[in-house]
Amino acid sequence: MKLIGLGADKIGTTVLIVLAMVSFIIPLCNLVSPADSPLHFSAYTVSVLGKYLTFALLGLSLDLVWGYCGILALGQGAFFALGGYAMGMYLMRQIGTRGVYGDPLLPDFMVFLNWKELPWYWLGFDNFWFALLMVVLVPGVLAFVFGWLAFRSRVTGVYLSIITQALTYALLLAFFRNEMGFGGNNGLTDFKELLGFNIQSEALRALLLMISGVTLIAVFILCRWLVNTKLGRVVTAIRDQESRVRFLGYRVEMFKLWIFVFSAMIAGIAGALYVPQVGIINPSEFSPLNSLEIVIWVAIGGRGTLYGAIIGAVLVNYSKTVLTGLMPEIWLFTLGAVFVLVTVFLPDGLVGLMRRRLQESHS
Amino acid sequence: MKAKSIKGYCRLAACLMLVFSLAIHGDQDVSKQQLLLNALTNLKQGSMAEREQAIIQLADNGSSSLTILQALLDGQLFILKSDDSLVIGADNNQGYDIRDAITGTAKGAVERTDVGKINLTNKLRVSLRKIIGQLQLSSDDPAIRLAAVKAMGNEEDESALAILKAREGVEKDETVKQAIKVVFLLKDMNSSDKSLRINAIDALKEVNSLDVVNRLNAMVEKDEAGNFVESDIDIRNTAKAALININTRLQLYSSIETVFFGLSLGAVLVLAAIGLAITFGVMGVINMAHGELMMLGAYTTYVMQQLMPNNLAFSVLLSIPAAFVISALVGIAIERGIIRFLYGRPLETLLATFGVSLILQQSVRSIFSPLNRSVATPEWMSGSWQVNDFLSLTWNRFYILVFCLIVFVLLLQILKRTSLGLEVRAVAQNRNMAKAMGIPTSRVDAMTFGLGSGIAGVAGVALSQITNVGPNLGQAYIVDSFMVVVFGGVGNLWGTLVAGFVLGIANKFLEPFAGAVLAKILVLIFIILFIQKRPRGLFPQKGRAADS
Amino acid sequence: MNRISEKLRKLSIVGAMALLTVASGTVRAEDTIKVGVLHSLSGTMAISETTLKDTMLMLIDEQNKKGGLLGKKLEAVVVDPASNWPLFAEKARELLTKDKVAAIFGCWTSVSRKSVLPVIEELNGLLFYPVQYEGEESSKNVFYTGAAPNQQAIPAVDYLMNDLKVKRWVLAGTDYVYPRTTNKILEAYLKSKGVAKKDILINYTPFGHSDWQSIVADIKKFGSTGKKTAVVSTINGDANIPFYKELGNQGISAEKIPVIAFSVGEEELSGMDTKPLVGHLAAWNYFMSVDSTKNAAFIEKWHEYTKNPKRVTNDPMEAHYIGFNMWVKAVEKAGTTDPTAVQKAIIGVEYPNLTGGTSKMLPNHHISKPVLIGEIQDDGQLLTVWQTNTLVDGDAWSDFLPESKPIIADWTAPINCGNYNTKTKKCSGQNF
Repeated sequence: MKLIGLGADKIGTTVLIVLAMVSFIIPLCNLVSPADSPLHFSAYTVSVLGKYLTFALLGLSLDLVWGYCGILALGQGAFFALGGYAMGMYLMRQIGTRGVYGDPLLPDFMVFLNWKELPWYWLGFDNFWFALLMVVLVPGVLAFVFGWLAFRSRVTGVYLSIITQALTYALLLAFFRNEMGFGGNNGLTDFKELLGFNIQSEALRALLLMISGVTLIAVFILCRWLVNTKLGRVVTAIRDQESRVRFLGYRVEMFKLWIFVFSAMIAGIAGALYVPQVGIINPSEFSPLNSLEIVIWVAIGGRGTLYGAIIGAVLVNYSKTVLTGLMPEIWLFTLGAVFVLVTVFLPDGLVGLMRRRLQESHS
Repeated sequence: MKAKSIKGYCRLAACLMLVFSLAIHGDQDVSKQQLLLNALTNLKQGSMAEREQAIIQLADNGSSSLTILQALLDGQLFILKSDDSLVIGADNNQGYDIRDAITGTAKGAVERTDVGKINLTNKLRVSLRKIIGQLQLSSDDPAIRLAAVKAMGNEEDESALAILKAREGVEKDETVKQAIKVVFLLKDMNSSDKSLRINAIDALKEVNSLDVVNRLNAMVEKDEAGNFVESDIDIRNTAKAALININTRLQLYSSIETVFFGLSLGAVLVLAAIGLAITFGVMGVINMAHGELMMLGAYTTYVMQQLMPNNLAFSVLLSIPAAFVISALVGIAIERGIIRFLYGRPLETLLATFGVSLILQQSVRSIFSPLNRSVATPEWMSGSWQVNDFLSLTWNRFYILVFCLIVFVLLLQILKRTSLGLEVRAVAQNRNMAKAMGIPTSRVDAMTFGLGSGIAGVAGVALSQITNVGPNLGQAYIVDSFMVVVFGGVGNLWGTLVAGFVLGIANKFLEPFAGAVLAKILVLIFIILFIQKRPRGLFPQKGRAADS
Repeated sequence: MNRISEKLRKLSIVGAMALLTVASGTVRAEDTIKVGVLHSLSGTMAISETTLKDTMLMLIDEQNKKGGLLGKKLEAVVVDPASNWPLFAEKARELLTKDKVAAIFGCWTSVSRKSVLPVIEELNGLLFYPVQYEGEESSKNVFYTGAAPNQQAIPAVDYLMNDLKVKRWVLAGTDYVYPRTTNKILEAYLKSKGVAKKDILINYTPFGHSDWQSIVADIKKFGSTGKKTAVVSTINGDANIPFYKELGNQGISAEKIPVIAFSVGEEELSGMDTKPLVGHLAAWNYFMSVDSTKNAAFIEKWHEYTKNPKRVTNDPMEAHYIGFNMWVKAVEKAGTTDPTAVQKAIIGVEYPNLTGGTSKMLPNHHISKPVLIGEIQDDGQLLTVWQTNTLVDGDAWSDFLPESKPIIADWTAPINCGNYNTKTKKCSGQNF
């Protein structure tokens, strides 16, 4: 036991150090070195790394509910996308008169749909802080309502998984509708600036990478602290023996609800960081398959470890980036095979493998 | 190229001229022949208006040219390239079995490239159908006569009406007679004689015809200035009364139609979900590759059709066992190769089978290309059962509904009455106890998974008849399938059946008010809320197994 | 000590991996001209886009046989954006910064183009977009070789109105921006021609909609009033098969209610049972059945290249054919692959299309094309029943939408703008 704990800490610390390196050294390098220097990282690298970090944050949020609380949420992508939409709405409002039709108030797609005024739910999003509040509030409230209903009536196991899937599927269909006022299938795109900075500028990109990294580190440390508090231990106990915890007098549904809402908020933040870095948010983020993929990242990395989720998210997405370029015709075979092999042979994911190796080298 | 095709047209014209000179027995009038030649040349080369003209000229030729015209309409009229003769070809899938268009003597089979088809456009088809209708009005088959009346009835062509009038006198079949009567009643509605009009309206109110409804609706409408289109108040009132009468029936039939739509959508959902109900419900395996197993079934249908191109109807029937076997084998391979290592970790089966689904999808893409494959619908499954003008039920949906029920009953019987079924139920209830009683659980697992997968394959055969056969087929149904199983209650086949039909009908009743997308969203929200109320679905599993 | 070295080893591995992405871009030598091919090879759009990838490979191969370009060989860089819209943007960035491609040929859906657009503009790349689309856009860096609405939808409606005497209209589409825009333009156009509002039925369905029973029943009712009715379909890809099947089964033949489709071409037809479709219409700028020497040669090469004598050709393939050859001509004219020079050189470049005319790259980055209307035959081919006498110039901003009526696109001096308001004399909505 001791060894595992030690090993776990060791990998966790390594992950933290690498994260810190990525999120500080790369942006700093780019700020101090000229564009043609070998130390200068291309915009491509910066934006791809930034994307990985937001995915890692998303994976982390799922690991919290799945790995520690045993709720296999197949709709985590919905919270991610909602956070993304909140940020996207702010970015849309920043476009102002620079849109295609030059309307100072309405985004292009609303002008196009002949809307005369801004719908009420778009109000306030011109304010950055309001948008930021919504980034955590909207996913949080949705998770609260959903969780309050579901956990109170003791929906568990596959039933819970499938209705989270139904939730994200319903949202996918809803956001897809043009009448909803979120840009339909095209979603929100063509952003110009964030807090007055040109969204395509190198400095902002570096800054976003840094912010993503710092957020990830902070959330990681926070989660690590959280799972070691009394609350965290109760949550883990719920995962392992829900009815026993209930008989001990704990209000299981409140613990579940709390952790579910918290994780949804993290997913929302991840979404908000994701959107300015990829430049588009559209309903495909709600697709049930996307949410499934998040589960895969966590499973591959190793669930219930937090850093496993980070490793899994980065690795799967990195291999996707590489494989789709290297062998565009057959990369799905490789990815599919990896999913199968990891689940069958590495039940604890890559982290489990690393831990075993570490233990061996210590004994 | 251009010159060549024009030469082809000339050859065609010459051939057709020959045909008609033979057809018009004894009529050696050179000018008439010249006229026909012009008509035929125009038919192929002229502008739209000229072609129309040509068709009318051809119509005067009488019933002797019926076979050729019918072949032209059916796209079976060809020019044999070797001797420039006009032939009628029947598709035998490698090529055509041809016979001479004029004499009717068989000329053997030819390759597709040996003949040039005479193409048609819509306008030509419409004209042809009219002419053929007139020529067929004296056919022996009442169904053909009825179709002929329908084809001719919609026009204000006086000559067509005259032919119909003549037919009415000699017609024996009641339905056909009624149809002809409606044509003239509709005409009477426009007459200048008021009493004739009122009588016509009165007579028509018992008729189930959309033409009648539209005419009547037009009578009671107001124009833009706010005045009634129909100035005579008596006629308006008669029309209104008749409309009330008809609309009650219309509403009744449209509800029947909606229920049928719902049932058929439900049948598709049940078919897609019922295999999952076994693997997911009985075994606790979350099989994300379920959709891809359906896809395999659909592709099996495609392959079967390629293997036996001459017998479309039979090949679809034969696809059912073939698809069952293939999907079942793939399913057993998945179970033996992957899932058996994952028992006791149900949620992880989701991940592994998701990987499998990616692999299966990409395999199909590599083998069959990413394009959709064309699966033909056999004759007996196309078209619809026209109950009356207000209600028609499409055959393919009808058969799928029947098929779904057959599959369900069979499955139920397998689980209830066979020894495999007994073992499956035993393992599902208590795996360890079953094992202790000497049931070979691992074999039962494999068989159960094979059964569920095989049924997915069979569902794929049904889906191939209504939707795309392509690599994405499975993905389109997987989420819905899970919803149905969970809504019905995991581990309960009756639950799946009821859930499928309920969701299908709910969807179809919501659709007219909410639109297709909103209806689906509402159904999903309903499922979410329903699960809060009954956390284990419509028909919850009872006993110890329910706790896992 | 041991622990520290272990830690360092781990760190270096992870660090190296992170750096790999940066490093690999700079290794290759510049002895070829690279051409990016950005079409989905997996996911939902693979159905349509894979063929275009093959087309590009064939065109590049052929150009190399002719001796390449500017004395260098062309090299195709194929990536798979996997029908994932943000991945399109990422892959475009990869192509432009890592592989340093001279031009990108790619995208199918509007959302993928919208996703790629900011990247292409930021890095000053070139994108040739081969699919018919909704217009309302003209980017400095994008060349639209597919049809704009005035090159497909408007002539199609004219044909139905004048030749088939259609009086009642069903505008059915998948709910996304292309059908929305097209239907909006058509609605305005129809109203300007005196069609009453009650004679137009507009219906939107989600992607991949498969249960058409109710909607087809509605269309049937709408079309039973005795006035000639037609359906203008902007239904996308996968939803078409169940739609046509349902039409056929409910007894709606092309003679009663013709359906004219803007997204159904030879390739889609090759995956369908064509029986229920015979006589329905499609409007494109190219049909495989067009009788011209150029087309015959193209089809032959395609069959040779794919080693499949049954493979069909379609309109977006022709668009790539024209687009690629225009790019080649422009590069030759400019003497360099530098995007800015090519952008200048390509305007006015003419290249014979496959239907017998000569298409021209216009100052608004669209091209001139003929409009063909064809009827579907039972062999899956389209028989031309009508075509425009001359080539139609692509119009980026529709004249039938009030907000875009005053806007024009002109990438030549002095306007040099893709969104120029002729009333206010202002250029807006540009990203540079």
